Amino acid sequence: MESQTRRFKENAREAMADGQLAQALTRLGEGFPLRRAEAVDRLPEFDQLRDAAKAIKDHTLAHLDLYLEQYESRVKEAGGHVHWCRTGQDAREKILEICRSVGAKTVTKSKSMIGEEIAINDFLEENGVAPIETDLGEYIIQLRKEPPSHIIAPAVHLNKNQVEDTFRKAHTNLDPARNLDDPKSLLEEARNELREKFLGADVGLTGANFLIAETGTNVLVTNEGNADLTYSLPRVHIVIASLEKVIPTLEDTATVLRVLARSGTGQDITVYTTFCTGPKRPADLDGPDEYHVILLDNGRTELVGTEFQEMLRCIRCGSCLNHCPVYHAIGGHAYGWVYSGPMGAVLIPGLIGIHEAGDLPNASTLCGKCETVCPMRIPLPRMLRAWRERQFKRKGNSAAARWSLGLWAALAKRPTLYRAVTGPVMTALAILGRKRGRFTWLPLAGGWTGPRDLPAPQGDSFIAQYHKGPVGAVVGAAAARSKP
Amino acid sequence: MTEHSPIPANPPASPHVGLFATCLVDLMRPSVGFATVKLLEDAGCRVSVPEAQTCCGQPAYNSGDSPDARDIAKNVIAVFEGFDYVVAPSGSCAGMISHHYPNLFKDDAGWKARAEALAAKTFELVAFLADVMRADVRPPDLTATATYHDSCSGLRELGIKTQPRALLGKVGGLTLVEGDIPETCCGFGGLFCVKYPDISEKMVDAKADDILATGADLLLAGDLGCLMNMAGRLKRRGASVQARHIAEVLAGMTDRPAIGEADEDTA
Repeated sequence: MESQTRRFKENAREAMADGQLAQALTRLGEGFPLRRAEAVDRLPEFDQLRDAAKAIKDHTLAHLDLYLEQYESRVKEAGGHVHWCRTGQDAREKILEICRSVGAKTVTKSKSMIGEEIAINDFLEENGVAPIETDLGEYIIQLRKEPPSHIIAPAVHLNKNQVEDTFRKAHTNLDPARNLDDPKSLLEEARNELREKFLGADVGLTGANFLIAETGTNVLVTNEGNADLTYSLPRVHIVIASLEKVIPTLEDTATVLRVLARSGTGQDITVYTTFCTGPKRPADLDGPDEYHVILLDNGRTELVGTEFQEMLRCIRCGSCLNHCPVYHAIGGHAYGWVYSGPMGAVLIPGLIGIHEAGDLPNASTLCGKCETVCPMRIPLPRMLRAWRERQFKRKGNSAAARWSLGLWAALAKRPTLYRAVTGPVMTALAILGRKRGRFTWLPLAGGWTGPRDLPAPQGDSFIAQYHKGPVGAVVGAAAARSKP
Repeated sequence: MTEHSPIPANPPASPHVGLFATCLVDLMRPSVGFATVKLLEDAGCRVSVPEAQTCCGQPAYNSGDSPDARDIAKNVIAVFEGFDYVVAPSGSCAGMISHHYPNLFKDDAGWKARAEALAAKTFELVAFLADVMRADVRPPDLTATATYHDSCSGLRELGIKTQPRALLGKVGGLTLVEGDIPETCCGFGGLFCVKYPDISEKMVDAKADDILATGADLLLAGDLGCLMNMAGRLKRRGASVQARHIAEVLAGMTDRPAIGEADEDTA
């Protein structure tokens, strides 16, 4: 997917002008956090599980090579193939090669952010293979030719009327008189369309929530069962996963699964949790003849050993998006690439470069809510600051920002000069603002006074007033009680 | 994010407190500084206000300018390390010193030790009164319906949640009404509000809606930055809600106009 992150400010402005989107985001901001809170309340050991899950991922990342090699061996023992891909282009070509080897015309897909990351749908289409998204949300946005706006709820930006319109345009055989008013009827309509596609596909392409090193298994969590139909019906199953998805054991996977759905959707566990190990065995009733795993790096190993390594603990639950007030204001598309919200603001610069994504780490108030809800305790605010630090070092922020910050820092480092400069400014502002107590406009303060009034200062600075009075703090405090 | 300065088991009876006024209180709203002095003195502290203080360095730190942030922090450390405690009427600035200073000097053992020592004795005002001094705060009556905003740094870096509510519960005549989203960021975020004014506007509007829905006539918080943001937006929308720092109410120093108001507004 081509990055639009350079347009972040425009994207955000357009998103905020969209009233329908604002309604959708309000629903999301009220719904998911409430359900998470209820799920957490039902599980007293939730925080201990978070610690355990964090420890598992930290251990895995410290021995990533070891576990990836173990995983590869187990996949091969089970009769599968592992393809190591450094870049998105490597992964795209490998997937196309496998599709061509079986003469595939269509590929069913079950939601994969990595698929979005490497723009696999466009690539397959350009090469004569039709990709079909089977997750309801992904299917809807595929018909609308839109990217996902949320990592677990890709079509969360849409309402049901928009979905109905989309289906009526795309499903040309749809009876105009058919009632599609409620979500259930929309689901049935999508299901009818997709059923034939599941049966007719030559290749099933899925992501993976986890790769288990101990067994060579990939784990898929969905609420619609579409992953099961995607991998079990076609002749070939391709798993595409980034390499930090590896987890040492089945037992470890169970621990991490227990915090995943609770954090994202507030479910104890998703409706379907599927474990796939290799191709169909002789006694199996169904399953693919061929099993391929595309292990994609795409910049991840460059984060290992840096201040961003902890980002690789992310299990894509979406909780940080669900709780982020900035995400609630602008939605996922504004971030301009596959990922969004706080996790996206840290991960995107890591994958496509801070020069491409300079706004993302800055467009945060560092309120810290994301960190408090992250099941893997990823220190997102610390990493947002770390990106800002890198950006500052390479002089990537605007000249105006650097100039004004530099001026403030120069004053803050020199208390006497600071008092000499700020004193007259505050006194002047206090006099100017005395009548109304605030300013609706001030030169050079447009960023502040655009949306809000600027309260006027009260007068002399506190320090000046405090030290002006007779010696002693009591007098200073008493003096303040009478109006100057 | 919840680690904060440990509460000492046996605080000195009459501790010498260095008041870190914060640049916003110092320059914009001295009444909060005087209210802070009064509350600390009433709690039995000896208070000093060093003249050589400026800013905690948070704008530089949050903008990625660590060298300048370190230089500013060194000044704060040098000025304040001689006191028994350092108290700031701001969760954000107290959080900067107690939570982030040690991290700023992680590669400089000498300054790191000094930063850690300062961090351990630095507190936000309300938490200091409640947790360290266990002060018998006796605020005067104030007839008002108030709602309280939990500022992000105070709440999530310092764990301040119950203390302000408990102290406000002692104000006779004051009814505290909780909003639906008291813990949601107001969109101030230091320079965020001027760098992304339209996103900030959307966020502060959500807060303004929530505040207005409570029916409160008084908005209280422990951080002047958040208060100036919310008050500024409420005023722009023509709302009559008054905004004040909690210290002014607890100290009974509410005779000055509320934030963003002139004398005639409050007559």
